[in-house]
Amino acid sequence: MNQPYDYIEKKIPAKPDFIGVIRLTLSGIASRMGFSYDEIEDLKIATSEACTNAVQHAYREGEKGEVKISFGLFNDRLEVMVSDSGKSCDFDQVRQGLGPYENGQNVEFLREGGLGLYLIETLMDEVKIHQHEGVTVFMTKFLEGEQVEMDAKTLST
Amino acid sequence: MNITIDVQDTESKVEVQVKGEIDAYTAPKLRETLFPLSEQENVTMVVNLTDVSYMDSTGLGVFVGLFKSVRAHNGQFRLEGLSERLRRLFDITGLADIIEIKSGTEGGLE
Repeated sequence: MNQPYDYIEKKIPAKPDFIGVIRLTLSGIASRMGFSYDEIEDLKIATSEACTNAVQHAYREGEKGEVKISFGLFNDRLEVMVSDSGKSCDFDQVRQGLGPYENGQNVEFLREGGLGLYLIETLMDEVKIHQHEGVTVFMTKFLEGEQVEMDAKTLST
Repeated sequence: MNITIDVQDTESKVEVQVKGEIDAYTAPKLRETLFPLSEQENVTMVVNLTDVSYMDSTGLGVFVGLFKSVRAHNGQFRLEGLSERLRRLFDITGLADIIEIKSGTEGGLE
Protein backbone atom coordinates (compact mmCIF):
# COMPACT_ATOMS: atom_id res chain seq x y z
CA MET A 1 0.00 0.00 0.00
CA ASN A 2 2.83 2.40 0.86
CA GLN A 3 4.40 2.41 -2.55
CA PRO A 4 6.03 5.63 -3.79
CA TYR A 5 3.95 7.98 -5.84
CA ASP A 6 3.98 11.43 -7.38
CA TYR A 7 1.64 14.01 -5.98
CA ILE A 8 0.13 17.01 -7.78
CA GLU A 9 -2.20 19.51 -6.21
CA LYS A 10 -4.26 22.38 -7.59
CA LYS A 11 -6.54 24.90 -5.99
CA ILE A 12 -9.23 26.82 -7.80
CA PRO A 13 -11.71 29.43 -6.60
CA ALA A 14 -15.10 27.84 -5.98
CA LYS A 15 -16.41 29.05 -9.35
CA PRO A 16 -17.55 26.99 -12.32
CA ASP A 17 -15.22 29.05 -14.55
CA PHE A 18 -12.18 26.98 -13.64
CA ILE A 19 -13.46 23.41 -13.78
CA GLY A 20 -12.30 23.23 -17.40
CA VAL A 21 -8.78 24.10 -16.26
CA ILE A 22 -8.82 21.08 -13.95
CA ARG A 23 -9.93 18.89 -16.86
CA LEU A 24 -6.91 20.05 -18.86
CA THR A 25 -4.55 19.27 -15.99
CA LEU A 26 -6.17 15.90 -15.48
CA SER A 27 -5.93 15.03 -19.18
CA GLY A 28 -2.24 15.78 -19.12
CA ILE A 29 -1.63 13.66 -16.03
CA ALA A 30 -3.77 10.73 -17.16
CA SER A 31 -2.29 10.57 -20.65
CA ARG A 32 1.22 10.73 -19.19
CA MET A 33 0.28 7.73 -17.03
CA GLY A 34 -0.90 5.78 -20.06
CA PHE A 35 -4.66 5.77 -19.60
CA SER A 36 -6.70 5.13 -22.74
CA TYR A 37 -8.81 7.76 -24.44
CA ASP A 38 -12.03 6.40 -22.97
CA GLU A 39 -10.56 6.14 -19.48
CA ILE A 40 -9.35 9.73 -19.68
CA GLU A 41 -12.81 10.87 -20.73
CA ASP A 42 -14.32 8.94 -17.79
CA LEU A 43 -11.83 10.58 -15.43
CA LYS A 44 -12.64 14.01 -16.84
CA ILE A 45 -16.36 13.57 -16.26
CA ALA A 46 -15.99 12.11 -12.75
CA THR A 47 -13.55 14.81 -11.64
CA SER A 48 -15.66 17.59 -13.15
CA GLU A 49 -18.75 16.23 -11.39
CA ALA A 50 -16.95 16.31 -8.05
CA CYS A 51 -15.75 19.88 -8.74
CA THR A 52 -19.24 20.94 -9.81
CA ASN A 53 -20.68 19.58 -6.56
CA ALA A 54 -18.05 21.41 -4.54
CA VAL A 55 -18.54 24.68 -6.42
CA GLN A 56 -22.32 24.58 -6.27
CA HIS A 57 -22.22 23.72 -2.60
CA ALA A 58 -20.02 26.72 -1.91
CA TYR A 59 -22.31 28.88 -4.01
CA ARG A 60 -25.42 27.79 -2.18
CA GLU A 61 -23.87 28.79 1.10
CA GLY A 62 -22.82 32.14 -0.40
CA GLU A 63 -19.21 31.48 0.52
CA LYS A 64 -16.11 32.41 -1.40
CA GLY A 65 -14.29 29.17 -0.91
CA GLU A 66 -11.65 27.22 -2.70
CA VAL A 67 -11.78 23.77 -4.15
CA LYS A 68 -8.69 21.63 -3.80
CA ILE A 69 -7.98 18.91 -6.31
CA SER A 70 -5.18 16.46 -5.54
CA PHE A 71 -3.81 13.79 -7.81
CA GLY A 72 -1.88 10.78 -6.52
CA LEU A 73 -0.03 9.09 -9.37
CA PHE A 74 0.71 5.47 -8.51
CA ASN A 75 2.18 2.79 -10.78
CA ASP A 76 -1.12 1.03 -11.11
CA ARG A 77 -3.67 3.75 -10.49
CA LEU A 78 -4.61 7.41 -10.32
CA GLU A 79 -6.23 8.73 -7.18
CA VAL A 80 -8.15 11.98 -7.42
CA MET A 81 -9.31 13.84 -4.34
CA VAL A 82 -11.66 16.80 -4.57
CA SER A 83 -12.38 18.72 -1.40
CA ASP A 84 -14.24 21.90 -0.65
CA SER A 85 -13.63 24.00 2.40
CA GLY A 86 -17.26 24.84 2.88
CA LYS A 87 -19.39 23.89 5.81
CA SER A 88 -20.53 20.33 5.58
CA CYS A 89 -23.82 19.88 3.87
CA ASP A 90 -26.21 17.05 4.44
CA PHE A 91 -24.71 14.63 2.02
CA ASP A 92 -27.29 11.96 2.73
CA GLN A 93 -29.84 14.38 1.43
CA VAL A 94 -27.77 15.00 -1.68
CA ARG A 95 -27.51 11.29 -2.27
CA GLN A 96 -31.23 10.80 -2.20
CA GLY A 97 -32.92 10.46 -5.53
CA LEU A 98 -29.73 9.52 -7.28
CA GLY A 99 -29.32 6.98 -10.00
CA PRO A 100 -30.31 6.48 -13.59
CA TYR A 101 -33.63 7.38 -15.08
CA GLU A 102 -36.17 4.66 -15.58
CA ASN A 103 -38.02 4.14 -18.79
CA GLY A 104 -41.68 4.98 -18.45
CA GLN A 105 -41.18 7.71 -15.90
CA ASN A 106 -43.67 10.49 -16.30
CA VAL A 107 -41.96 13.25 -18.33
CA GLU A 108 -43.35 15.92 -16.06
CA PHE A 109 -41.53 14.49 -13.06
CA LEU A 110 -38.11 13.86 -14.64
CA ARG A 111 -35.57 15.48 -12.37
CA GLU A 112 -32.99 17.82 -13.83
CA GLY A 113 -30.10 17.17 -11.49
CA GLY A 114 -28.66 14.62 -9.11
CA LEU A 115 -26.81 12.61 -11.72
CA GLY A 116 -23.35 13.83 -10.74
CA LEU A 117 -22.66 11.36 -7.96
CA TYR A 118 -24.20 8.54 -9.91
CA LEU A 119 -21.80 9.24 -12.79
CA ILE A 120 -18.82 9.41 -10.42
CA GLU A 121 -19.71 6.04 -8.98
CA THR A 122 -20.30 4.54 -12.41
CA LEU A 123 -17.17 5.86 -14.12
CA MET A 124 -14.58 5.33 -11.38
CA ASP A 125 -13.33 2.06 -9.91
CA GLU A 126 -13.47 3.12 -6.26
CA VAL A 127 -15.22 6.07 -4.67
CA LYS A 128 -15.20 7.23 -1.06
CA ILE A 129 -16.86 10.30 0.33
CA HIS A 130 -15.77 11.91 3.56
CA GLN A 131 -17.71 14.59 5.29
CA HIS A 132 -15.82 16.65 7.81
CA GLU A 133 -15.74 20.44 7.63
CA GLY A 134 -16.63 20.23 3.98
CA VAL A 135 -16.97 17.34 1.64
CA THR A 136 -14.13 15.30 0.18
CA VAL A 137 -14.66 12.98 -2.74
CA PHE A 138 -11.92 10.41 -3.05
CA MET A 139 -11.86 8.36 -6.22
CA THR A 140 -9.57 5.87 -7.88
CA LYS A 141 -9.12 4.63 -11.41
CA PHE A 142 -6.83 1.70 -12.11
CA LEU A 143 -4.67 1.41 -15.17
CA GLU A 144 -6.19 -1.48 -17.05
CA GLY A 145 -2.90 -3.00 -18.20
CA GLU A 146 -1.62 -3.04 -14.63
CA GLN A 147 -4.68 -4.86 -13.39
CA VAL A 148 -4.29 -7.50 -16.06
CA GLU A 149 -0.63 -7.91 -15.13
CA MET A 150 -1.54 -8.30 -11.50
CA ASP A 151 -4.09 -10.94 -12.40
CA ALA A 152 -1.51 -12.74 -14.50
CA LYS A 153 0.93 -12.78 -11.59
CA THR A 154 -1.71 -14.17 -9.29
CA LEU A 155 -2.50 -16.88 -11.79
CA SER A 156 1.12 -17.93 -12.30
CA THR A 157 1.86 -18.38 -8.60
CA MET B 1 -13.24 25.87 -23.07
CA ASN B 2 -16.21 27.78 -24.26
CA ILE B 3 -19.44 27.22 -26.04
CA THR B 4 -21.03 28.47 -29.25
CA ILE B 5 -24.74 28.13 -29.80
CA ASP B 6 -26.15 28.72 -33.28
CA VAL B 7 -29.92 28.87 -33.54
CA GLN B 8 -32.01 28.71 -36.69
CA ASP B 9 -35.55 29.49 -35.72
CA THR B 10 -37.96 28.93 -38.59
CA GLU B 11 -41.70 28.62 -38.38
CA SER B 12 -41.73 24.87 -38.27
CA LYS B 13 -38.53 24.05 -36.51
CA VAL B 14 -35.87 25.27 -34.11
CA GLU B 15 -32.50 23.91 -35.20
CA VAL B 16 -29.59 24.33 -32.84
CA GLN B 17 -25.89 23.67 -33.34
CA VAL B 18 -23.82 23.48 -30.19
CA LYS B 19 -20.04 23.64 -30.33
CA GLY B 20 -17.55 23.31 -27.50
CA GLU B 21 -17.79 22.02 -23.95
CA ILE B 22 -20.93 21.74 -21.85
CA ASP B 23 -20.12 21.90 -18.16
CA ALA B 24 -21.16 23.84 -15.06
CA TYR B 25 -19.64 26.99 -16.57
CA THR B 26 -21.30 26.89 -19.99
CA ALA B 27 -24.57 25.09 -19.15
CA PRO B 28 -26.32 28.25 -17.86
CA LYS B 29 -25.72 29.97 -21.22
CA LEU B 30 -27.14 26.97 -23.06
CA ARG B 31 -30.19 26.92 -20.82
CA GLU B 32 -30.80 30.66 -21.10
CA THR B 33 -30.49 30.62 -24.89
CA LEU B 34 -32.67 27.61 -25.57
CA PHE B 35 -35.28 27.70 -22.85
CA PRO B 36 -37.39 30.55 -24.28
CA LEU B 37 -37.43 28.75 -27.65
CA SER B 38 -38.69 25.56 -26.04
CA GLU B 39 -41.76 27.34 -24.79
CA GLN B 40 -43.37 27.86 -28.18
CA GLU B 41 -46.51 25.82 -28.72
CA ASN B 42 -46.00 22.70 -30.92
CA VAL B 43 -42.32 23.49 -31.36
CA THR B 44 -39.96 20.98 -32.96
CA MET B 45 -36.53 21.44 -31.47
CA VAL B 46 -33.51 19.60 -32.88
CA VAL B 47 -30.18 20.06 -31.16
CA ASN B 48 -27.05 18.94 -33.00
CA LEU B 49 -24.16 17.93 -30.76
CA THR B 50 -21.63 16.85 -33.40
CA ASP B 51 -19.12 19.47 -32.30
CA VAL B 52 -19.55 19.02 -28.56
CA SER B 53 -16.19 17.79 -27.29
CA TYR B 54 -17.17 17.42 -23.65
CA MET B 55 -20.36 17.09 -21.66
CA ASP B 56 -21.28 16.03 -18.13
CA SER B 57 -24.35 15.87 -15.92
CA THR B 58 -24.88 19.62 -16.08
CA GLY B 59 -25.51 19.25 -19.82
CA LEU B 60 -27.80 16.29 -19.23
CA GLY B 61 -29.75 18.44 -16.78
CA VAL B 62 -30.21 21.18 -19.39
CA PHE B 63 -31.46 18.72 -22.01
CA VAL B 64 -33.85 17.05 -19.58
CA GLY B 65 -35.23 20.49 -18.75
CA LEU B 66 -35.61 21.42 -22.42
CA PHE B 67 -37.22 18.08 -23.21
CA LYS B 68 -39.74 18.59 -20.43
CA SER B 69 -40.53 22.12 -21.53
CA VAL B 70 -40.96 21.16 -25.20
CA ARG B 71 -43.23 18.26 -24.25
CA ALA B 72 -45.27 20.49 -21.96
CA HIS B 73 -45.89 22.67 -25.03
CA ASN B 74 -46.90 19.68 -27.17
CA GLY B 75 -43.72 19.81 -29.18
CA GLN B 76 -41.00 17.42 -30.23
CA PHE B 77 -37.44 17.31 -29.01
CA ARG B 78 -34.50 15.48 -30.55
CA LEU B 79 -30.74 15.35 -30.06
CA GLU B 80 -28.55 14.56 -33.07
CA GLY B 81 -24.94 13.88 -33.97
CA LEU B 82 -23.93 12.31 -30.68
CA SER B 83 -20.41 10.92 -30.52
CA GLU B 84 -19.91 7.52 -28.93
CA ARG B 85 -18.84 9.25 -25.74
CA LEU B 86 -21.95 11.37 -25.51
CA ARG B 87 -24.12 8.44 -26.48
CA ARG B 88 -22.63 6.46 -23.59
CA LEU B 89 -23.55 9.23 -21.16
CA PHE B 90 -27.18 8.98 -22.23
CA ASP B 91 -27.05 5.19 -22.09
CA ILE B 92 -25.67 4.83 -18.58
CA THR B 93 -28.04 7.42 -17.17
CA GLY B 94 -31.06 5.79 -18.79
CA LEU B 95 -31.89 8.97 -20.73
CA ALA B 96 -31.42 7.21 -24.08
CA ASP B 97 -34.74 5.45 -23.46
CA ILE B 98 -36.54 8.68 -22.67
CA ILE B 99 -35.22 11.36 -25.02
CA GLU B 100 -35.02 10.79 -28.77
CA ILE B 101 -31.36 10.73 -29.73
CA LYS B 102 -29.44 10.00 -32.91
CA SER B 103 -25.77 9.12 -32.96
CA GLY B 104 -23.28 10.79 -35.27
CA THR B 105 -23.72 8.28 -38.03
CA GLU B 106 -27.49 8.19 -37.96
CA GLY B 107 -29.86 10.66 -39.50
CA GLY B 108 -27.16 12.48 -41.43
CA LEU B 109 -29.00 12.20 -44.72
CA GLU B 110 -32.35 13.65 -44.00
